[in-house]
Amino acid sequence: MTFDLLSRRALLKGTAAGVAAASFGFPGALRAATNVTIGIVYVGPKDDFGWNQAHAVSIGALKATPGVKIIEEENVPETAAVAKSMESMINLEGANLVLATSFGYFNPFMVDVAKKYPKVTLRHAAPLWEKGKHPDNAGSYFGYLDQAHYVNGVAAGLSTKSNKIGFVAAKPISSVLRNINSVLWGARSVNPNATVQVIFTGDWALPVREAEAANALIGAGCDVLTCHVDSPKVVIETAERRGIKSLGHNASQAPLAPKGFITGAEYKWETIYKVFADAIAKGQTVPNVVFGGYDKDMVRNTAFGAGAEEPARKAAMAAIADLKANKPILKGPVKDNKGNVVLPNASYDNFDRVLDGMNFLAEGVVGSIT
Amino acid sequence: MEPGSAFFMVMMAMIGGAIRVSTPFLFVALGEMITERAGRINLGLEGTLVLGAMSAYATSYQTGSPWLGVLVAGLAGMTMGMLHAAICRLPKVNDIAVGIALMLFGTGIAFFFGKPYIQPSAPRLPSIPLGGWSDNPQVAEALKINPLFLIGIALAFFLAWALKNTRAGLILRVTGDSEVAARALGHSVALVRLAATGFGGFLAGIGGAFLSLYYPGSWNEGLSSGQGLMAVALVIFARWHPIRCMLAALLFGAAGALGPALQSIGITQGYYFFNAAPYILTLFLMIGSAGSKKALRDAPGELSLTR
Repeated sequence: MTFDLLSRRALLKGTAAGVAAASFGFPGALRAATNVTIGIVYVGPKDDFGWNQAHAVSIGALKATPGVKIIEEENVPETAAVAKSMESMINLEGANLVLATSFGYFNPFMVDVAKKYPKVTLRHAAPLWEKGKHPDNAGSYFGYLDQAHYVNGVAAGLSTKSNKIGFVAAKPISSVLRNINSVLWGARSVNPNATVQVIFTGDWALPVREAEAANALIGAGCDVLTCHVDSPKVVIETAERRGIKSLGHNASQAPLAPKGFITGAEYKWETIYKVFADAIAKGQTVPNVVFGGYDKDMVRNTAFGAGAEEPARKAAMAAIADLKANKPILKGPVKDNKGNVVLPNASYDNFDRVLDGMNFLAEGVVGSIT
Repeated sequence: MEPGSAFFMVMMAMIGGAIRVSTPFLFVALGEMITERAGRINLGLEGTLVLGAMSAYATSYQTGSPWLGVLVAGLAGMTMGMLHAAICRLPKVNDIAVGIALMLFGTGIAFFFGKPYIQPSAPRLPSIPLGGWSDNPQVAEALKINPLFLIGIALAFFLAWALKNTRAGLILRVTGDSEVAARALGHSVALVRLAATGFGGFLAGIGGAFLSLYYPGSWNEGLSSGQGLMAVALVIFARWHPIRCMLAALLFGAAGALGPALQSIGITQGYYFFNAAPYILTLFLMIGSAGSKKALRDAPGELSLTR
């Protein structure tokens, strides 16, 4: 079935090229107009005030590059559907660089597509690609958002009066757990009594349950709220309505909370996409792995909102300066919230690979992974 | 009950959850109940709900009046309902298949026209602070009630009375129980079903308006996570009675608040299970209620499910 469909697509593509060649006379000129076609797949709508918007806004950096054509597809679930989307971008639109932006796209979908089309370059926005284990034409790019969440935590630690920071999280995967822990470590660095209370909703976008979770956290006494879900709009708006402060995630949510917004953790995908665009413009291959945090200008914090008071601003700026200078933020030994020592060393580099697979909630976080 | 105790907090969260979360279920379930009492199933209400949410948000943003948004959502829902009735009137058309088609159609056009409204913030529906008497913030928050919730409760009682005691209610019931009898009495079956499905769509649209204009109170494409479909299931388990529809919606809303509430007081193990609580509850209640002979007696005779 799939085979039939693809061969029909290939046929259609061939026919279309033939027709185009016949009508224009010289297909060479047609190809020169766009030498690189980039396909980008989003898991949700690209104006979701969150993850997808952060990508969609940044891809603009590539749109300006001459000879680059962008194809976008929104609302593609993390199922076989994404493989179909990527294949149709490759077969029908002639994409030679495909960017898969959601965590669950990678294995098996993107890996399989990469094996099937060895001439196409595929990149995935999470630290999952490993050399030797996965195809060479695939790769990863990622910003260390936990650093910006650490800065969020610093600001939150000085903003909370109840010493309770609420965190609405989607799923207990490593990058989410790391952001939760980073908020705590940031807060504890300025306020030893701070705690972070987390509620997991179970999926990336569940607006009603996110609102319920936000209300439950506020009911439990949290006076600063942040989140790691695809679209933080509901959480930030709920916090604003209930008159408490909020910290953003993924993209700028400052306009949603004119009174209580402190700052937010944002990706700076445009830095990475610029790297891609430059490589493409020079005719080079796009690097397999592009990683970085504050040191490489790949994450940032949203400009302070009305909820950020002077001490919080100062401490946050100091934390950003430390991160830019690559000062280690994590002081060990670290215990999880069940009392087990999980990170025995006295200090860890901010990019230590041990931290990538974080699978615990640190001491001081109220919540459970299972 | 000691204010501040864990049990008190969970109870307040569940009462608050019932009030906040149940309204869309309530409206969709009441609408579907009327439609099914006329002998037809409209599975498209999920699409109607999403379309209602989008049109309400768009109208509120464009005109600045959320109540106008509620009205437009109702009218959009009514159009969808009447479309369903009109298509199903054709010979040999299956109402369930049409419903599924309209569900996809409704979400599709809502996403298409809703694109420009994801970013802006529209004026929201006001709430009535009925908990002002209490100085406990949890009580005060739980009792912030949206007028639509009160309208929904009143509507359930009104419909229960009207189905039993009015001429329109009698015509509706006879059409749902026996087409032959309705025709013999001189009523147009198609017309009654057009009105019933249109009314059902109107209510489902209003349910959608509540989602986008009050709770959670913003429009985006992931807004309804199957509330419309669950409400259709609630009607069956409420055995086509308005008051039971209302109780089912409240129960479902309260169960939905259970997961986050338990996590907030520190019962964090097994949150996947607690998040699934509403669905598990529905499943058990349906098994429990559908097996009885009484359930069969309550079902409208012309329903394609029971016929």
